[in-house]
Parts: sequence; structure tokens; C-alpha cells
Amino acid sequence: MTRYTYSSYPYRKPPELDGGSHPAVPVIIVGAGPVGLAAAIDLALHDIRTVVLDDNDVVSVGSRAICWSKRSLEIFDRLGVGERMVDKGITWKVGRLFHRDREVYSFDLQEEPGHKMPAFINLQQYHVEQFLVERALEFPDLIDIRWKNRVTGIEQQPSCVRLAIETPDGAYTLESRYALACDGANSSIRGMMGLDFDGRAFEEHFLIADIEMDADLSNERLFWFEPTFHSGQSALLHKQPDNIYRIDLQLGPDADPAEERKPERVTPRVSAMLGGRPFEIDWVSVYTFQCRRMKAFVHDRIIFAGDSAHVVSPFGARGGNSGIQDIDNLCWKLAAVLLGRASRDLLKSYDEERCHGADENILHSSRSTSFMTPKSKTERLFRDAVLHLAGEMPFARRLVNSGRLSEPCSLTHRGLQRGQDMASGRLPPGTPCPDAPVETARSSDDWLLGHLGGEFRILHQPDGIGSEAHLPSKLPALIVGRDLKDREGLLRQRYALEAGVTYLVRPDQHIAAAWNRADAGRILDALELAGGQA
Amino acid sequence: MSRLRTDDGFAGKSDEFYAMLIDAHDGLDDEQSEALNARLLLLLANQIGDLDTLREAIETAGRTG
Ligand SMILES: Cc1cc2nc3c(=O)[nH]c(=O)nc-3n(C[C@H](O)[C@H](O)[C@H](O)COP(=O)(O)OP(=O)(O)OC[C@H]3O[C@@H](n4cnc5c(N)ncnc54)[C@H](O)[C@@H]3O)c2cc1C
Repeated sequence: MTRYTYSSYPYRKPPELDGGSHPAVPVIIVGAGPVGLAAAIDLALHDIRTVVLDDNDVVSVGSRAICWSKRSLEIFDRLGVGERMVDKGITWKVGRLFHRDREVYSFDLQEEPGHKMPAFINLQQYHVEQFLVERALEFPDLIDIRWKNRVTGIEQQPSCVRLAIETPDGAYTLESRYALACDGANSSIRGMMGLDFDGRAFEEHFLIADIEMDADLSNERLFWFEPTFHSGQSALLHKQPDNIYRIDLQLGPDADPAEERKPERVTPRVSAMLGGRPFEIDWVSVYTFQCRRMKAFVHDRIIFAGDSAHVVSPFGARGGNSGIQDIDNLCWKLAAVLLGRASRDLLKSYDEERCHGADENILHSSRSTSFMTPKSKTERLFRDAVLHLAGEMPFARRLVNSGRLSEPCSLTHRGLQRGQDMASGRLPPGTPCPDAPVETARSSDDWLLGHLGGEFRILHQPDGIGSEAHLPSKLPALIVGRDLKDREGLLRQRYALEAGVTYLVRPDQHIAAAWNRADAGRILDALELAGGQA
Repeated sequence: MSRLRTDDGFAGKSDEFYAMLIDAHDGLDDEQSEALNARLLLLLANQIGDLDTLREAIETAGRTG
């Protein structure tokens, strides 16, 4: 049996219930899902102490998220768990699309060589959460995870947030300077505060099943419109580690979720799909999907991230992946505010930059869901016309939409990038930093992104006549040729590096500013504008 | 010589076009939608103008159903 065994994490009586005084924590995180756990680790890397509260004591039951994007893996790598995830996960890049029993086309995510992380891996959410918990436990002085601690009330004061918490041993309150609401799509914090969560709900029901099967199917994403083995409109089959396969069957708007979840209903549907191969059901759920977001993610000292702030339909794998990007964007800013290096205004840029990310995700996933669930005769007509043309006409393949897979969001012209110095011919401010193979003192087989992030940093290509001397001495710098060698010329290519070019890189591995000829004054001004200085 | 374009002509904006097309039908009943499609087709055909290309398009549409 290779199936995942859920072990529960130990509940401990909170010290507050034993009396005595306890110092306030800087940050309380509500929710130990992937987003809350990533936040605790990221803040710990900035030396910020957190208490993480979760009403449960196990990782995600059922795998839910399975596809993790390159950008998420790069962030996980910065947090110290990326390699473990790639080792365990299934790397995939080919997708095949069928209409009825005919293959219409296949796509290759065209993994460009020269990146440490693959375009996508499939890895069950419970593995991801387990790896994150284990990483968090490596910071015993900074991260205090409290299982079976349910938040039941929240109150905001001018200088702190006060949370009411229930445990098996009774109730207590805890104060912090900031609280992160990472408590998922049904966020109780959002509810308690009476905040909006507007958007659109789709009526279609989907059966999502993870099955265990001893078959060595390829690592490809298989998607069917109007499959012959299933009466609904679409079907998906995708491989996960441990011989687990994800199956997604569209059931239509009138399906009865309670009925459809029963094994006697699920088994024949799956059997028909797998052509009689033996399998065991690991987890089943019936969903309808929604695309919603809060108007604002920052409410003074209470900050929302992940599903609590925004939800999308899963086609495109944008839910969990965007939550991890929220954390990447937020934590360095929150740390700078808490450490007195930046004013609270910096947090507004999290709101602006990540609301933009959420809008992009909602747009793409609404379009995919609409394509898959045509709601009028005309919409259906065009959908079918696209599928009929797609076999012969390459242009129509681009119109087929079974999910536009999560891509890193560009922050160009937004938030902290507004008014920043940009250099013609170079990457514009707001671009997520591309990786590149480099050679460093650490390893001859190293990667650029391992040396960016965490704090503001300069990437500089010397001009050979002393341009390094003009860099501000108080900022850490990566000098090409001195600190790293461009192993394959890809660094130069991806960053359009020429003699004298300088980039200022944000702690979340996005370009903050760029210059063809920089001097210390301009770099320090850009740093201040990007929130690096109080 | 084939004149009908088969590769992507939307310069990466095919999703935007599709959303535009679907939105144009929002709130119309089936008959109104069909009429809209007919007018749209005539406008686009006139834009192309070239009869060989249009003949090829008509043939392709007839064949792929
Ligand atoms: C079928 C399906 C497939 C999906 N596939 C993908 C995919 O392939 N890729 C992808 O990126 N995303 C995918 N997603 C989305 C992904 O699962 C979510 O986006 C992700 O779980 C969000 O993480 P989170 O930490 O914000 O919230 P959650 O994972 O929901 O965690 C919230 C945590 O808060 C706790 N909590 C809630 N209320 C309280 C309270 N009052 N007190 C204390 N604790 C509380 C909960 O117990 C929970 O542990 C999928 C989702 C579904 C349903």
C-alpha cells in the first residue's frame, strides 16, 4: 500500500492557559494550510516570530491541489523545501487534448532548458503541507504551531490585534501586532469581520477523485471534451506520485452531490474511463466552483492571503500557486515594517500587487470554466465549432481552453514599480526574475535564483573600467564575473546584460529597477522607493 | 495555392477575442444570436473580400463539422 497515511500532529496545552504572562508575538497566522505555513517559514527567515493557529491537527485530507508551478517551486526553494518537492513530485510537461475519441492536439509546456525548477510538478497537497510543517519545525524558537486551536473572535485595537481562541483545554486570548488570515476559502475571520467576497459562482458540478492504480500511465495531462466513456462534458486524468491518479469528471448543473459521492456511483464512472483496469478509490469529492475576491486584502493590522482573499476554479492550477505568490510578496514587506525599516504604507503595495494577481487568475480561470461549461446554445455552438476546427486548423487549437496554466504574474507599472528607473533594452521593473545556470564559490553547478531574494540585492555586470566602484557599499551585490560566472551565456541573454548594466532586485525575486549606467545615489533612491528604507 | 490562414492570427490574444465574441451574445435569445452571427459573418467576409479565400473558408467549414 503506497497510499498516504495521515498522522496527527500533537496538540499541546497553550502556555497562556497555565497562567503567567507571555510576551505578545509580532505576528499570528490563522490557518496551517500551504499559505499559512509558507508565511511562517518566510517570516522566520526574516527573524520574525509567529504563532500559527489551526483548528485541525492533520494535513489537507484529500489531495486538492496537485499541480505546482515553476514560480511556486522557486519560492519553495527560497523557503528551503523546493528540492524535496521536486524529488517527490511528478514532473510533467505534455498535455493531450481529445474531442470524443479523437486526439485533437497535444502541447508541450516547452520547458526551456537552463532553469533549476521544472515548468510543473504534480504533488498532492498533503505532501506539500507535510514538507512545509517539517520545515517549519526547524525553527523552534521562531515558529510555534498550535494544532486544535480554533480562532473564534478577532478584535482590532490601534496598536494590536486580539484573537479569541478555543482549545480542548479551554479558551484564551492572544495579542499580536499583525494577524494573517490564511484560513481558507470559507475564512472565518472574513466572516467575523463582515467583509465582502464578491464574484461569480458556476453551477456546474465536478466529481474529483484520486484513485490508486498499479498502472504505469505516462506523466501526461489527458483532457477530453465530450468523452465517449462519460456522459458529461469533460474529463481529466493526471498522474500523481505513489500511483495515485487525479480524475475529474464534469457532472452537469443538476447532479446531486450527496448521491454522486457514493462509491457505487463513482466506481462505474471511473471504470468506464479506465477501461476496466483495477483501481481503488483514495478520495472523492463533488464540487461547484467560484471565482471571487475580497475588495481589499489589507485591513489595518489584519491581512488576508491565499484562499481567504481570493478563490478560483481549479482549471489552470491557480489557487494554491497564487496563495504562495501572495506570501512571497507580503512577508518581506511585513518584516520590513516590523523591523522598523519601512512605514506601514509599504503594505498597501501588497494589496495592489496581489489584487492584480488575483484579477489575472480570476479572468483566466473564469474563461476556462466558461469554455468548459457553455451556458447557452450559442456558447455551446462556438465551443463545438472550435473543437471541430482544432484538428485541422492550428489557430483553433489556441482557442481551445481546458485551463490556462498558472504563470508568474508580472508587476510591471504597478505598486512599487510606479516611477521606478527603467533602462531601455533591459527587463522592466516588476518582471519576475528568470533563473539561469551559474557557477559560484558554492558550486560549479549552481543557479542564479539561489543567490537572489530574501533581501534587496544588486545584480551588476562590470564594464571593465571600474563600474563596481559606483555601487552603494551598504547593499549586497552580485557581480558577474566576481561572484558568479555565467555557465551557458543564459544569464547574459535573459537579463540582456551588457557592460555596466545594473539591476536592483526585490526580496521576492522581482526586478525593482534597472540602469544601463547606475550610480549609488540613483540606486539608493530606487531602494527607498521600493520600500527598502524607512 | 492555399490562401486561407490556418495559423494563429490573434497575436496571442485569442482568449480575449473569444471572450469578446461570447459577450456579444450576452442577453440575446437564440434567434437574435443567429441573426447576430449572420451579420457578423457578412461583415468579416466583406473585410476579406477575396473570393478564393472565402471559398476555401466555406469548404473548410463544411468539411470539419
Ligand atoms: C479539487 C481541487 C483541486 C485543486 N487543484 C489545485 C492545483 O492543482 N493547484 C493549485 O495551486 N491549487 C489547487 N487548488 C486550490 C488549493 O487547494 C487552495 O488554493 C489551497 O488549499 C489554499 O491554501 P490556503 O492555505 O489558503 O487555505 P486552506 O488550504 O484551505 O487552509 C486553511 C487552513 O485554515 C484552517 N482554519 C480555518 N478556519 C480556522 C479557524 N477559525 N481557526 C483556526 N484555523 C482555521 C483550516 O483548518 C485549514 O487548515 C485546488 C482546489 C480544489 C478544491
